Amino acid sequence: MAVEERDAHTGYLTTGHEWNGITELNRPVPKIIWLFLLSTFAFAFLWWVLMPAWPLGATYTRGLLGVDQRARLADDLAVAAARRADWMAEIEAKPVEAIRADPALMRLARESGRTLFADNCGVCHGATGGGGPGYPSLVDGAWLWGGDAKTVAETIRVGINSDHAESRVGQMLAFGRDGILERQAISDVVSFVRSLSDAPLAPAEKTGAAAGATIFADNCAACHGEDGRGSTDVGAPDLTDGSWIYGGDRPSIFASVDRGRQGEMPAWEARLTPVQRKLLTVYVLDLGAKQ
Amino acid sequence: MVSTLTTTERQVALLLSALVALTGLALAAAGRHDPLGVHGFLILVYGLGCATVVARGYYSPEPDSERLSRYYDEPIKAGLLIAMAWAVVGMFVGVWVATLLAYPEFTFDQAWASFGRLRPVHTTGVIFGFGGNALIATSFHVMQRTSRARMPGQLSPWFVLVGYNLFCLLAVSGYLIGITQSKEYAEPEWYADIWLVIVWVTYLVLYLRTLARRQEPHIYVANWYYLAFILVVAVLHIVNNLAIPASLGGAKSFPVFSGVQDAMTQWWYGHNAVAFFLTAGFLGMMYYYLPTRAGRPIFSYRLSIISFWGITFFYMWAGSHHLHYTALPHWVQTLGMTFSVMLLVPSWSSAGNALLTLNGAWHKVRDDATLRFMMVAAVFYGLSTFEGSFMAIRPVNALSHYTDWTVGHVHAGALGWVALITFGAIYSLVPMLWKRERMYSPALVELHFWLALAGTVIYVFAMWNSGIIQGLMWRTYNESGTLAYSFVDSLVAMHPYYVARAFGGLLFLIGAVAGCYNIWMTIRSTASAAREPTGDRPVAGAPAAEPAE
Repeated sequence: MAVEERDAHTGYLTTGHEWNGITELNRPVPKIIWLFLLSTFAFAFLWWVLMPAWPLGATYTRGLLGVDQRARLADDLAVAAARRADWMAEIEAKPVEAIRADPALMRLARESGRTLFADNCGVCHGATGGGGPGYPSLVDGAWLWGGDAKTVAETIRVGINSDHAESRVGQMLAFGRDGILERQAISDVVSFVRSLSDAPLAPAEKTGAAAGATIFADNCAACHGEDGRGSTDVGAPDLTDGSWIYGGDRPSIFASVDRGRQGEMPAWEARLTPVQRKLLTVYVLDLGAKQ
Repeated sequence: MVSTLTTTERQVALLLSALVALTGLALAAAGRHDPLGVHGFLILVYGLGCATVVARGYYSPEPDSERLSRYYDEPIKAGLLIAMAWAVVGMFVGVWVATLLAYPEFTFDQAWASFGRLRPVHTTGVIFGFGGNALIATSFHVMQRTSRARMPGQLSPWFVLVGYNLFCLLAVSGYLIGITQSKEYAEPEWYADIWLVIVWVTYLVLYLRTLARRQEPHIYVANWYYLAFILVVAVLHIVNNLAIPASLGGAKSFPVFSGVQDAMTQWWYGHNAVAFFLTAGFLGMMYYYLPTRAGRPIFSYRLSIISFWGITFFYMWAGSHHLHYTALPHWVQTLGMTFSVMLLVPSWSSAGNALLTLNGAWHKVRDDATLRFMMVAAVFYGLSTFEGSFMAIRPVNALSHYTDWTVGHVHAGALGWVALITFGAIYSLVPMLWKRERMYSPALVELHFWLALAGTVIYVFAMWNSGIIQGLMWRTYNESGTLAYSFVDSLVAMHPYYVARAFGGLLFLIGAVAGCYNIWMTIRSTASAAREPTGDRPVAGAPAAEPAE
């Protein structure tokens, strides 16, 4: 069976086997292959000598260079921290208002605050703080819990309706779902609420708004205030400023009154360092001021 | 199809279908309060469907003994057509998920259409559906031809093919309804995994039995690779899917390994799936169809030996390079990296052996798009194995890991190597099997070649760019010592590349659709030539097939 044949094109003999027409040349492995193969072996061997490589029961060969990925990471983190150390120390030490009055420090705070904000807050509030349906804008000057530095810092620390022990708690009741108000009453109070922010009302709404005023006084004023200007003590939004978290059109407001609202913001105390939260406070206040 | 089975085989086929249907019924009943119930029902319908097909052909005349002087090609034909169907489905979903990354609104607010569910449909569809069926079909062809022996019996190849596709269907449908064990490329749950073990062991036994019947003194290289593929995939699949079902009436299971051991097992599996499913099997394909199409002897038998043993030995160690800079101990990472580097030369030897085999036949590469598919596949094989070894080097990986560079690398391999070699093999095989002189339209093969090549190049270049930009953006610090870019900044920067990637994938998909049309028309065209290639018969006197499996 094994009959070697000479391949006319290359001049090599075949191995003498043939499978359905396929033959193989009995050609030696090119020298360069051996050379490359041995080079990769040499590289691997060298790396094993220098780096942690082979297991020895409960331990392993440490390598001549004494490299350890955990130690190296710790070093890298220390180097990065050192680069930030001077100005971060300044952020930590100075009061927020003093930082905001210092242009050089604010340049750094805006630069670093931008990525810190986009990576942690941007998912809900938008990369530039403009908010979105269900998530408040941070640039419109309307603050649920107050817009001074101390309050903003506290909101970031404990969150809203979060799992933090000191979390801010705010809840709007589900007046329709829980049977507190009839459908007509909700409709009327929605008309009244819309009139508060001087929204253009349809004729039917104007009639409803009159009836809605009493319902508002009885049911809503406790949190949102007699004049509808809200209360930062309980996180009740101002209904007169034309700024809406869940939308200011009729169906949206109806849904808010009917099924209630209980927005959530996570607490950042366990996740960000105090100086990072302070940086965010400065950044958020700066965002609002730029408008 | 049923008419080629003996009466005993028809009875066994009915029995097996009934067993599958009964198992499905049992799962449907036990899992009626769980997504498992849906799968039980699917298995029931599948079993009944198979039983119906067998029953309808049950009384057709038995095949005569003349069949034993021919190769058994029916399951190969079916396997090729199924592979092409999976190619279109899998690549379509691929284009869809690529579009999702650029335009997220294309989930249409449907849970089943979210990226996390569609993405494994794409990977399973192309790797296991398209690649797996193509491997099974071509391996049936190659093992018979290079052994010059007919497969022993007619039932077990059908069992392997039909059973394997049940596994694929369970996998893909499971993702859409939320069944996954969350291991990449090993997502299907315990009952599907057990079923695949049964199918795969049958496949191994079938392959070994055919080889044992061979009429050639030596086993050809292609068979080494197919056998390594079948054997190692069995080992990988079993070990990585060791899990304990939470209950027999539910789809959920828990892996026996946890933490870093689980991660290491997963990536030992994951990388060897690349090695033995996407490399070894397709090298087997290349070693048969490239030399037959080129009409040239293999460049060097000795080089084949070096590559084969280098690939099988070194790949086994390389998986930990997927876990650089993680909780995995540093020394395991070192081993993964160094063995990946040593893997390069055996891999290049295979690519080189293929390309140098074409010496003396380059004019055919110029004129014949089918051979060119295989030539370019070998080039992409060389490119992506170089890239893989390079990316496995720890400091390089520090930049490339978790970026689109990885995705680009995978697709250089999956599109450029796996899919192109498969299309080359299929275009060689279809005229052989259906006994046509050539494909219906060589021009369409040519068109497919250029669409596939353009699609691959656009895809890979887009991902190289986006991956490296991503990696650099993630590690760039500003002067004040904090990160210069947020994650969203990097996403915004990726958008144009994601659009380009979807476009490249679309070109590749259009090529595959053109291929389907061409194959269909080839089969439908009248067998005017009705030619049988000379010598395309098993050696006479091969032992007669045993009727029962």
